[in-house]
Amino acid sequence: MSETNGTILSVNGLKTYFQTEDGVVKAVDGITFELKKGETLGIVGESGSGKSVTNLSVMRLIPEPPGKIVAGDIVFSGIDVRALSIDEVRKIRGKRIAMIFQDPMTSLNPFLKISTQLMEVTRLHLGHTKDEAYAHALKMLKLVGIPDAGTRLDEYPHQFSGGMRQRVMIAMALSCDPELLIADEPTTALDVTIQAQILELIKDLKARMGTSVILITHDLGVVAGMTDKIIVMYAGKVFEQASTKELFATPANPYTKGLLKSVPDPAHEQGKELYQIPGLPPDVAHLPPGCPFAERCDRATDLCRQQYPPFVEINADHHSLCHFAREVYAESVAEQNKQEL
Amino acid sequence: MTEEKNFPNESGDALISIRDLRVYYKTAGRSLINTLIGDMFRSRRDHYYSEEDPTTNLYVKSREESRFVKAVDGVSLDIEKGETLGLVGESGCGKSTLGKAILRLTEPTGGQVFYHGKDLAHLSTGAMRGQRRHLQMIFQDPYASLNPRMNVGQIIGEPIRTFGLKSGRAVDERVQELMETVGMSRRFVKRYPHEFSGGQRQRIGIARALAVDPEFIVADEPISALDVSIQAQIMNLMERLQAEKNLTYLFISHDLRAVRHLSDRVAVMYLGKIVELAGGREIYADPLMPYTKALISAVPVPDPLIEAKRERIILKGDVPSPINPPSGCHFHTRCRYAIDDCRRIVPRLVEIKPRHHAACIRINAENPDIDANEAAGLGAIGN
Repeated sequence: MSETNGTILSVNGLKTYFQTEDGVVKAVDGITFELKKGETLGIVGESGSGKSVTNLSVMRLIPEPPGKIVAGDIVFSGIDVRALSIDEVRKIRGKRIAMIFQDPMTSLNPFLKISTQLMEVTRLHLGHTKDEAYAHALKMLKLVGIPDAGTRLDEYPHQFSGGMRQRVMIAMALSCDPELLIADEPTTALDVTIQAQILELIKDLKARMGTSVILITHDLGVVAGMTDKIIVMYAGKVFEQASTKELFATPANPYTKGLLKSVPDPAHEQGKELYQIPGLPPDVAHLPPGCPFAERCDRATDLCRQQYPPFVEINADHHSLCHFAREVYAESVAEQNKQEL
Repeated sequence: MTEEKNFPNESGDALISIRDLRVYYKTAGRSLINTLIGDMFRSRRDHYYSEEDPTTNLYVKSREESRFVKAVDGVSLDIEKGETLGLVGESGCGKSTLGKAILRLTEPTGGQVFYHGKDLAHLSTGAMRGQRRHLQMIFQDPYASLNPRMNVGQIIGEPIRTFGLKSGRAVDERVQELMETVGMSRRFVKRYPHEFSGGQRQRIGIARALAVDPEFIVADEPISALDVSIQAQIMNLMERLQAEKNLTYLFISHDLRAVRHLSDRVAVMYLGKIVELAGGREIYADPLMPYTKALISAVPVPDPLIEAKRERIILKGDVPSPINPPSGCHFHTRCRYAIDDCRRIVPRLVEIKPRHHAACIRINAENPDIDANEAAGLGAIGN
């Protein structure tokens, strides 16, 4: 990326646990990553894998109790986020770190005009007067490509379609020119054509404003075109972490490989049966002592079932949680070479 | 007055033949006050609703000021025995309504649905009930479609008892057999829906649909609510069952990758009309109609190298409101190839290439490539 020196966010050994009737749920159990200015990080995983909790932790939005960040450092542009008081966190939240969620209807207040909701942000964080805030809100709506922004500004959320509401959310998130944008499944509720519009918009705004982005999604197609690096999560653990190119070309984890193979791909000719990962994601409250994926993994051995796997370094930017990470990686490299021939 | 020629693949093997099927919903056109004081304040604008197509005979012409949502607007389709017909489109395009109208879960406003020589759209409620055991549905949200107070055994057993297919212990045996068919342990027979994950619930929904040995299943977004690794499981299950039981599917989805994988043929729907219909491979390799082109180009490919090189057609704006859809070709407001004629002429679904139908006035059998036609300056050449 253009400015490679500045690290905007670094998360080190983050653990977020939830106390439930069923026991302690280790929703996030040791995640480490670094995000540089202007970079986009993708976090991929199935429901319950801990991808959203990771980002709620960064924003200090974990409801406490039952949740608690039990270990790890979160450093956002030199600030130790965990040490901040709630008032100090509020000054960062929405201003320097912004978030957009999956469902734009439930994250907008149905009783308030779009203008009121957009103005609230800048009046609070930037100290805008009413007029300034209104003008700024209008500018933001135009920026995210809402046609007829002047009229639309004084309408209510229900008068907007799903795609337009997500644009409003993006306008609101970017109002204070944040350094970090966290997008949690921003297009999951939208149609493909609208998804393409929103992704294009995020890409374009990122390029123009230099915002760093964390994109959380279950869709490998979405992260392929949008991100610089990817974290694959499973059962609260980081299973694989690599640059986007390397992760797709030469995955070093059986779970990642399985995920990649189980997505039907319209660009390629398709074989008959689709690869499927057998079984179900595990109950995070009752994880087995060994690898949490062992039960569904086609190459699992007794070692996998008994011993927790190591986080193997393939190279400086590529890590995989697997007893056989190097073997899996070598297979991927061999497959890749065969394809290129 | 309906268009009878040119409907797709009039072959003899159709299991379900849909002809000019329409589902219109009346929307509240009058406010309460207007209704109470009658015609006193009726304005000219109330005659707003006029039609370019000749289906107006269904309702009292423009004296009624209520408007209609044309959720399904003159769809003709043949679904062949043993095939999977994929139905794709954006939300609000009418794909679910079409699926439900075929099964009479929503009442069609007009048109016919032929199944073994009977017109389902015009059967009496009782006669339709008899047909239901051959025609089943799988729903998107397996939680909302399973009764939370019934256990798995009761849920799957209910249709067997309702249709009197088996009784007593034979029902239980059949239930257990079905559970195994869909890959569930028979130990779970006494459990309740909330005890299962989404994928497992979808298996229960599938087992319930299979309980009556249907011939045709409408699967309405059956995998949309599921995790990626579970989606593959359910798709494989559906394919296996199709092969074993010679099932015919109408697979409704907005997930073009899934549709591509499962479907023999794909129909693309836009604002109540079928705009393109072709073989699964064909439609992805060579989409003809501009909307289909955009739809397919919008699907992200899980390969960063391809993604970096791809040029994506980004459509402007949203799907227009079906209450008052654009004139002529409904897609012209978002189409980069739109010309004046597109605002006037309603394109018909015609065969452009063998077994490949599209509704666009800017292409025809001689000139199927709209980009070439655009470059050559050809105008309205189709229809």
